[in-house]
Amino acid sequence: MAQVTLRKVIKKYDEVLAVRGIDLDITDKEFIVLVGPSGCGKSTTLRMIAGLEEISDGDIAIGGHVVNDVPPKDRDIAMVFQNYALYPHMNVYENMSFGLKLKRTPKDEIDRRVKQAAQILDITELLDRKPKQLSGGQRQRVAMGRAIVRDPKVFLFDEPLSNLDAKLRVQMRTEIKKVHQKVRTTTVYVTHDQVEAMTLADRVVVMNAGLIEQVGSPNDLYHSPATKFVAGFIGSPAMNFIPCHLEQAAGALRVRLSDTLAFPVPADRTARYTSHVGKANLILGLRPEHIIETRPHIEPNQHDFENVIDVVEPMGMETLVYFTIAGAEICGRVNPNAGATAGKPMKLRADLSNMHMIDDGTGKVL
Amino acid sequence: MADAAIAARTASTRSRTGYGSISRDRRWALRWSYFFLVLFAIFFLLPPLYMLITSLKSSAEISAATNPWWVYSPTLSNYIELLTQNQYLTFFRNSAIVSVFVVVITMSISVIAAFALARMRFWGSATLATGVFLTYLVPETLLFIPLFKMFAWVNETFDIQLMNHWWTLMILYPTLTVPFATWIMIGYFASIPKELDEAALIDGASWMQTLTKIFIPVALPGIIAATIFTFTVAWAQFLYPLAFTTSTTELVLPVGIVTTLIKGDVFNWGQIMTGALLGAAPPLIIYAFLMDYYIAGLTAGATKG
Repeated sequence: MAQVTLRKVIKKYDEVLAVRGIDLDITDKEFIVLVGPSGCGKSTTLRMIAGLEEISDGDIAIGGHVVNDVPPKDRDIAMVFQNYALYPHMNVYENMSFGLKLKRTPKDEIDRRVKQAAQILDITELLDRKPKQLSGGQRQRVAMGRAIVRDPKVFLFDEPLSNLDAKLRVQMRTEIKKVHQKVRTTTVYVTHDQVEAMTLADRVVVMNAGLIEQVGSPNDLYHSPATKFVAGFIGSPAMNFIPCHLEQAAGALRVRLSDTLAFPVPADRTARYTSHVGKANLILGLRPEHIIETRPHIEPNQHDFENVIDVVEPMGMETLVYFTIAGAEICGRVNPNAGATAGKPMKLRADLSNMHMIDDGTGKVL
Repeated sequence: MADAAIAARTASTRSRTGYGSISRDRRWALRWSYFFLVLFAIFFLLPPLYMLITSLKSSAEISAATNPWWVYSPTLSNYIELLTQNQYLTFFRNSAIVSVFVVVITMSISVIAAFALARMRFWGSATLATGVFLTYLVPETLLFIPLFKMFAWVNETFDIQLMNHWWTLMILYPTLTVPFATWIMIGYFASIPKELDEAALIDGASWMQTLTKIFIPVALPGIIAATIFTFTVAWAQFLYPLAFTTSTTELVLPVGIVTTLIKGDVFNWGQIMTGALLGAAPPLIIYAFLMDYYIAGLTAGATKG
C-alpha cells in the first residue's frame, strides 16, 4: 500500500510562500497529475514529496508513515527529471542498476530487474550505450527504466516530456500511460501542459499561486470547474469569459451580455442563480464548442444570434471563429462548411445548457 | 513580371556569392588569425629555441663572436656533465617528489572542498567560496614573510625546524595551489546539472558516494585541468624555495640551477640552458598526454544537450 498524504504542507523560501498550505490524498496505484502555470508550486510540491526540498510546515506521509525528516533514499520513491539526469559516464545498464547496486542487491537480481524493465520500455538493445549516443526519447525511456527497476512505492515525474518535440511527446505520453497500466505504481506527475494532465491522470490537481484550486477527474474539471482559474486553464481553446449581468424579465431569468443580446437561463439553473440578480462582476463562461453555427433543428437552451466575425481559423475538422460581444473576444467552433468569413456577419448559436456563471470578485463558479 | 523579378534577384545573389560578404569576412578573419598566431608562435618559441641552440654549444663557442643562432660544432657535453652531476639529479628528484605530493595534497583538499562549497548548501557557503578566491589574489611575495614568522613560532613552540627542508615545500605550495584549484573545481562542479546529484540522492547515494561515483568521473576534465595547473605551479615555483631552502641538498630545480650554475659573476650559460630545458620537459610531457582530456567535455549527454 502506497498512498501519499499531504497535510497543510507549506514551503517558504525566505519570506516568499511557494506552497501555501495544501491538503491532498493520493490513493494507492493512482495516477495523479499536478498541473498549473509556472511558479504555481507544483514542482516544489513534488520535490517535497521526493525529499529534495524540506517542508516548512505540515506533514507528508508515504504509505502511512510521516516522512518529513526522512532522507530521499529512505522514502522508497523514484523520480524522473525533466532533463533526464542520466549519469553521463555510465552506460544504460549501469544507469539503471546504480540504485540497486548502492542497496547491495544481488547481481543476478539486478540483472533480472534491469532486463525486465528494459523489456517493458523496449530499450533492451540500448543497454550498453552511453546517454550521449541516445536520442531524447530514448533517454527519457532510460530515465523511466531507472525508476522502474527500483520497484518503488511512488513514481515522481517532473515535467518529463517538456524537452521532447511535439510528436514524440504525444508518443511518450501514451508510453507512460502504458507503463503505469503495467506496473500500477502510485504516480505523481507534474506538468504545465493541461492536455498532458487530462490524458494521463486518474485525477488532476490544478494548482495556482501555491494553492490547490481543484482536485478531480479530467471530466469533472472540464465540465464542472470550481473556479474561474480552472475554467480558463483546462481546455483548449480556453473557455470564453463574457462580462454579463443577470436580470429578471417577465418572470424569467435572463443573462444579459450587451444592450442588444440576452439569453434566457436554463430552467434547471434559475434557482441557483436567482440570488445573484443585479450583482456586478458576473461573468458568463461558455466553452468554444458551445458556440456553433446555426442549424435547422434547435435543442432546448440553444439560442441563435448574429455577429460580425473578426478572424477565421480553419483547423480542418472544425473552424474557429473569433468575434467580440461588448468588448469581450469570443471564440466559437463551427462546421468548416458553415461559410464563416472574416468581416462578414454570421448566424451563430449559443448552447447554454453547459454555461457557467462566475463571480469575478471571488473567482468562484456559482 | 514577378518571375522576372525573382530571376533578377537570384542572379544578383549568385553574382554576390563570388565575393560574398560572409565568406569574404571569414577569409579575412582567417588571414588575420593566422598572422597573429604565427607572430605569437615566433615570439614564444624563440626563447626555447635559443635555449636548445645554446645548450648544444661548448663554453668556448658561446663566448665566441659567431652567429648566436647557429651551432658550428654541436656537442652533448653540457647534457653529459649535468646529468652525471649528483647535484642536478638531486634538484630534479626534490622537484619531482615535491610536485607530485603537492598535486596529491592539493587535489584531495580542493575536490572535497569544492564539492562542499558548490553543492552542500550550508550557512555561509557562498561567502566561503568567495573567500577562497580572495586568498588566491594575495601575492606570494606578501605571504612568505608571515610564513617565515609562523615557521619561527613553530620552531620555538614545538622545537620543529621547518626551515631549509625540501619537504617543507610540500606544506608551503598548497597555500598557493589549493585556493585556485578549489576555485576551478567549484566552477566545474557548478556546471554539473543539479538533477544529477538529486538523481543520485534518490538512488540512495550518500554525499561521499555522489562525489566519488558521479561528480569525480563527470568532472574529470576539470580535475585534470586543476591537476595540470597545480603541477605547473609546484614545478616552476621559485620564490618559496629561494626563501625557505638554502643547502644544495634541499634545493629544487629552478632555484638549484640559478644558485649552483651561477658562481659569483660567472654564468655557465651552456649548463644553465641545458638545465632549464630539461627542467621544462616534465610539464610539457604531462600537457601533451592530458591535453585531450583537458579539452574533451565529458558532460555531453547527461541532460538535454
